[in-house]
This record gives sequence, structure tokens and C-alpha cells, in this order.
Amino acid sequence: MIAAAAPPALWRAFFRSPKAMVSAAGALLLIGAAFLAPITAPHEPFTLGTFNLMDSELPPAFMAGGDPRFLLGTDMQGRDVFSAILYGMRISLTVGFLAVTISAAVGTLIGLVAGYRGGLLDAVLMRLADVILSFPTILIALLIAGIARAALPQAAAGEAAIAVLVFAIAINEWTQYARTVRGQTMVEARLDYVKAARVTGVADGTILRRHVLPNVVSPVIVIATINLALAILAEATLSFLGVGMPPTSPSLGTLIRIGNENLFSGVWWVVVFPAAALVLLVLCVNLFGDWLRDALNPRLN
Amino acid sequence: MPSTPASTEPRLCVRGLTVRYGEADAVKEVDLDAHAGEIVAIVGESGAGKTSIGAALLDLVDPPGRWNAERATLDGEPIDFARCHVRGRDISVIFQDPQTALNPLFSVEAQLTQMLRHHERVGERAAKARAVEMLEEVGIADAAARVRQFPHQFSGGMRQRVVIALAIACNPRLVIADEPTSALDVSVRGQVLDLIKRLARERGTAVLLITHDMAAVARIADRVAVMRYGNIVETASTADLMEHPQHPYAQMLIDAVPPGDRTISRFKVPDLAPAAHSGRSPDTWLRAEGRDSDTGAGANSGPVLQLEGVTKRFALSPGLFGRGGRILTAVDDVSFCIGRGEAFGLVGESGSGKSTIAQLVGALHAPDGGTITFAGKTLRKTSKSQALTAYRDGLQMIFQDPFSSLNRRMRVGDIIAEPILTRRTASRGEVGNIVGGLLERVGLPANAMHRYPHAFSGGQRQRIALARALAGRPRLLICDEPTSALDVSIQAQLLNLLMDLKDDLGLSLLFITHDLPVVRQVADRIGVMHRGRLVELAGADALFDTPKDPYTRTLMDELPHRHTHPHPAGAL
Repeated sequence: MIAAAAPPALWRAFFRSPKAMVSAAGALLLIGAAFLAPITAPHEPFTLGTFNLMDSELPPAFMAGGDPRFLLGTDMQGRDVFSAILYGMRISLTVGFLAVTISAAVGTLIGLVAGYRGGLLDAVLMRLADVILSFPTILIALLIAGIARAALPQAAAGEAAIAVLVFAIAINEWTQYARTVRGQTMVEARLDYVKAARVTGVADGTILRRHVLPNVVSPVIVIATINLALAILAEATLSFLGVGMPPTSPSLGTLIRIGNENLFSGVWWVVVFPAAALVLLVLCVNLFGDWLRDALNPRLN
Repeated sequence: MPSTPASTEPRLCVRGLTVRYGEADAVKEVDLDAHAGEIVAIVGESGAGKTSIGAALLDLVDPPGRWNAERATLDGEPIDFARCHVRGRDISVIFQDPQTALNPLFSVEAQLTQMLRHHERVGERAAKARAVEMLEEVGIADAAARVRQFPHQFSGGMRQRVVIALAIACNPRLVIADEPTSALDVSVRGQVLDLIKRLARERGTAVLLITHDMAAVARIADRVAVMRYGNIVETASTADLMEHPQHPYAQMLIDAVPPGDRTISRFKVPDLAPAAHSGRSPDTWLRAEGRDSDTGAGANSGPVLQLEGVTKRFALSPGLFGRGGRILTAVDDVSFCIGRGEAFGLVGESGSGKSTIAQLVGALHAPDGGTITFAGKTLRKTSKSQALTAYRDGLQMIFQDPFSSLNRRMRVGDIIAEPILTRRTASRGEVGNIVGGLLERVGLPANAMHRYPHAFSGGQRQRIALARALAGRPRLLICDEPTSALDVSIQAQLLNLLMDLKDDLGLSLLFITHDLPVVRQVADRIGVMHRGRLVELAGADALFDTPKDPYTRTLMDELPHRHTHPHPAGAL
């Protein structure tokens, strides 16, 4: 009986693991604060007229010359860094969640079909995945983001930035789900309960949905958690390189890029705090993903 | 053993042996003796604690398990595991699976010489010479050349001989053989057992044969200890136990063993406590005629299933896009038919193609040649998926492995309801009642439907699989080794149940097994498969009493009934 840990057992394991609890709490706190940015942020940094050039380049509140209104200081245009981080994280997380959801759904579907059908369809889909996997993620993403930038008019490019980023990241990551699900599907499809369903005359689609999918879904959840961190990083990288979110609606990566350009003028807080937020977010998600992978892996139990 | 004077100290003497895992005692205060040259069998069903005895005598009880004994001596000296050389030289072991008992990275010679040089002061050259001798002694031809080979170059039976050579290399005083033949093909089991017996006699080694296989016990054991729930309930000479078992459990165990030499109508085993019957017998629903395929008289008179010249090939090493490569002909021009209400047995070794036939009949593979006709609908190479669905109506299958045959993420009730809902043979409102009735029909309580498969034992899961098959209202039930993963008493109960269902419902059976005594009890006619071909087809009694094909005869020679009355050891 090598099944994945049943949900109650998983909860018990969760409450016994400090690593799991701390990382989950950290991730939830950051994610919650980011998505509730309009409530949690003290300022609206991207609404013109709510910030004042007079407040530009103020150091964090706890330093000499700091202003208590701006906890982590302000940037070159007088925007509150703390609020910018919250709004930026919201964009980063949106891109991450969308990319993961789309790639997991597409990859799982392709993996199920390829693994169950086999034959030529399987061969073609998996060679396609091999080709995609042989390109570095960032290269494909740069390519797509670059094309989108050139193809779309300047105004639309800003609007479509999130969609372009999600697509650029998802097109690479579906392959991981597809490969894992395909392998697992091939194992499950050979088991007798699937044969019994086939002999009974259950339609293939129903077999995949009712029998195979529930038995292959736990690795998908693990990959999705770990890939959320990767997607956030990919988004940050693209934005840092200038092909991601525009400065008018900056993500964490954009904030780091803007801050980086001014690093040597001494306003370190503009780059250090967004970068720290990014590291903290990715670390929490990653630690939780690691724990989930171990907890759901029957061989390690 | 009769030839051993009663006054001498037995080779192995164990008193009050207890093995404990956590709070549960796997073995409770067991006493056991074995004399030099004697084979003592410890029999019992899974969980009886027989393997724990072997583990304790080797001091290999896995922590947190613990063992202790008031007395455990070899030739009167206490077994002291703090001393080195106890394991391997004084006590050695033959494991169940020769596949994993040998290190695949070292040659047989390296493994044998390491054993010899570790325990005895012998030089490299002498050890190598001894290794060859050992292989010769266990009956491996061309030992001088084969000793340099690696484990994967030996067949299963030969590999087990190598394991035996390792076990006896240092002349141990006691050998513990833990299910030494369960992982082997039927046709080589007898030879390996005979080898163990010969070596025990010639070398005066005491052997503890731990097994669930009563045929193996009958073939080589001198005395038998019957275990249940960690206790030895009866110890007797093999002949006495087989003829006059005293303890009710021993009696039941003997009765549950299918005899190879005669046909009995039902096994004398207590059926599962009949569940509190709610009176909703599913039999009327199961027998409901007037199914659309049942119209013509043709469906009722002719055979239910007919195979004509069926051939199936598999590609062994698929190319880049799944084409090309070597071809294995798994089923080669096989023809037979099964009548209404008939049980047809198909026997053969692993790899003989019998399971492929099950899958072909179940339309899980398309035949490469020939036709399969079931209830008037014909399946051939070119059949489309719609035709497959129509063909499969009235066909159900039960499988060997009770753990993989049920979806672990579905409730038992949903598992059993699936065939009903798929074929729409009952309205949604009736399904719950029918599922409950089916569960009771196979000897499980109706409320089992609310639980998941992991809550049930192997035998219970096999009953659930049977209930699911019945829910498809089958005319033909394909049984692919349905009992080979089960304990003998559970097997007897399931076989009784199958035979009852066959009689009550007029069910046709295609019963596939490697176990000849089992197929004799179940089948009306039997086909023998060998390397993809059907080499003989005859009525069950005719096949067993007067086998015609030479391969069938070699199979029959392995049957235990020719060995049920072992000669006293002294007569050898």
C-alpha cells in the first residue's frame, strides 16, 4: 500500500514540523499582505498626485533624517518604498500564481493523455517537451517578451505585460508537469483497477478523470508549490532585465531594477528592501514546497 | 527424526521464544526442536509469526522489535550472537527471493569465496576450488565455468541453487529456509526442495523450513509445527499431521489445501461469518434476463466465448517512435471455446501467454490474428472502440493482486457501483441497495461500502473485486490468478464462493492459474499453455489422470500428491 499520505496524516505531519509551520505562516503573511495591498499599504505609490517630490529619497523611518510616514523610506520620486513593495509583490504573486495554474493545468492534461494513449501522440508531445526543456527558461521568456514588446503598440504593451509574462513562464514550465504526470499515468494505467474499469466499458475520459487523475495529483501539487517560487523568480529576472513589468506598474523585479540604477547615489534602501522581500517570499514558498515534497513522498516516510 | 536417538541433545533447542514488536507479541513462548539432518517445517498463514522465529534465531529482528528466549541452544551450547561467525557458519539462511538475495555486482565466485574466507582460514585458491565444488554439489552443470558468472546470468531456479550453495558453504549446523520456493516457477520448485532435502540428509544439517506451502511441507519435511497468532498449535510428524491433524486450526488448514489427485465439490472451511442479512439478495437482479443482447436463441445455446486462431505479438525493444525492434509472440494460434455455465481452466508457467489471453478476451489488447467471439459479438484486429464497448457487455474480470485492483482513492461503494452506473443497469435510487446486496453476497457487511480499500485485508479486497465484477452482471468472468496472492484458507473460501456463484448464476468462468490443484477443483475443462501455444485441452479429470502432451506430463510430475506419504527419513 504505497499511497500518498492521507490528508489527516498530512495535517499531523504539518503540525509536527516547525519548518513547515514557519514557512507556511511566512508565505501566508506575505501573500495576504500583498493581495490586501490597497488596505495594508499606508500610501498609494502609483497614483499620481498622492506623492510629493519634496519627500524624495528620504531614508527609512528608523534612521536619522527619516520620516515616520515612510517606514522604509522613499524613492527618487518620493514614493513610499514599503507600499511599493506590497503592490509590487502583489503583481509578482499574480504572475506567479497565474503561470503556475496555467502550466499545471496544461501540463497535467498533456501528461495524462500522453501517458494513457502512448504511441505516436505520446512520442510527439514528449519530443516537443524535450525541445522546450533544452532551452533555458529565461531565454524563451526573453524571446516571447521581446516579441510581444515589438509587436504590441507601446500603450498596449504595458497593459498586456502580465499576460505576456504569464505566457512566457508557463510555456516552459508545463513540461515538468507533463513529464511527471505522464510517467505516473503510465504506472497507474497498468494497474488492475484501470483494467477493471476498461473491461467494464468506462469511457477513457472518465477513467482518466475518476481513476487516474486522483492518483497522480500529489506530485503535481508539489511541483506547483516549488514552481511558484521559480515563477516569481523568473518574473523578477525578466522585470529586472527590463522586459517585464513597466515602471508604471512595477513588480518586485522592476523595483529592484529601478533601485539598482540609483544604488551608487547612496539610496540603498530603494533596492535592498524590495530585494529582501523577494528573497523572503521565495524562501518561504520554497521551504514549504520542500517540506510538502518530503511529506507526500511515500519512499521517504 | 526416527533415526536420532532420543537421549542425545537436539541440534536446535528453543524454549519460550518470544518476539515482540511494540505492544504486540508476534511470537509467544514458542518451543521448538530440530535434530541433525531433520527438516522441521513451520507452517501458518501470513501474520502467524513464522518468519519472526527465523529472524529471532538469526538475531535479525528489526528494531524496535525485540526477542528473548528462556533457552536457545545449538548442540547444547547457547547461541551467542556476540561471538562472531554465528551467522553464516553456525546458522545460515536461504531467502525467499533469489533475485535480491545475491549481490548483482559480484560474480558468484566472489560471493562464495568471500563467505568461505570470512568464516574459515582458507587461502584464495582453496576457496575458489571449494566454490566450484559447492556449485557442483547444488547441481549446477559446468560449475567451473559458471562460477565466474554474475547472478543475472542464472535463471530463477539456478539462482536459488546458488543461494543454497552460499547457505551451506561453511557447513552450518542449522539452515533457516524462509519460503525458499515461493518466488520460483512451479516447474523448478520440486527440484529445489529435493535439493534442500538431499543436502540436509547428506550433511546432517538441521533445516527449519518456513513456508505457507503445504505441498512443499508434504514433499520434504519430517516434522511440522503449525503456527497461528504467534503460537504453535500443533507439532507432529508430517504424515501424522496430513492424515490426522489434532488441532481444529490444523485440520482446517489441511482441508483448505486443494488436493491434486481428486476433485472435491467444496472445501471444508468455515465461510466468513455470514453478514447480518438484510434480505436484499441481488440474485434476481443478477439473473435479470431480457438484456438486449439476450434476444436470439443463439446466445443461449452456443458457446459463450469462442477463440479461433488467436495470435498476439509484442514488440520487445521499441524503436524511437515505438516501432520496429524485436517481436515476441505471446499467444500463438490459440483456439478454444467456453460453454454457458462452464468453468474453463488455463494453466501454464509464467510467460506462457495465459495472462495475455485473459487480456485479449477482456479486450484490453486487440489480437494480431484470429477472432474472439463473446456472446455473438466478434472482436478482431480492426475493431473500433464502439465495437469494443459493445463486446465487453457481460464480461468482467478479477485480478491477482488485491492491492492494485481497487482504486485506493475511491470508496468501496463507488467502486462497486461503477459497472452499474456505466451500463445503466439500475436506476440511481436502486444502486445503494444492489451494492449492499452484492457485498453481502460475497460475505462482507453492507456497510463496507462507506470505507476505503485500505481498511480491508487481501482476501476481503478480493471479495470486493468480485462484487464489482458481479455488478457488471457478467455471463463470463475472467479470473486471472485470483487466489495466488492469498493465504490457503482464504483461497479455499474464495474458491468456494466462486463455485457457488457459478452454480447459482450460471456464470461461465475463464480461470487462469499456475496452480494445478486449484484448477482441478474449479475447472470443468482445462487447457495447458506452453510458450504461447495451447499444447493440450481436456476434461479436468482426464487431464490429470491421463496427460497426453509431454509438457503436461512434466507439470503433473510436480504435483504434491505423489509425495503425500513421505518415507521415514531412515529409509533413505
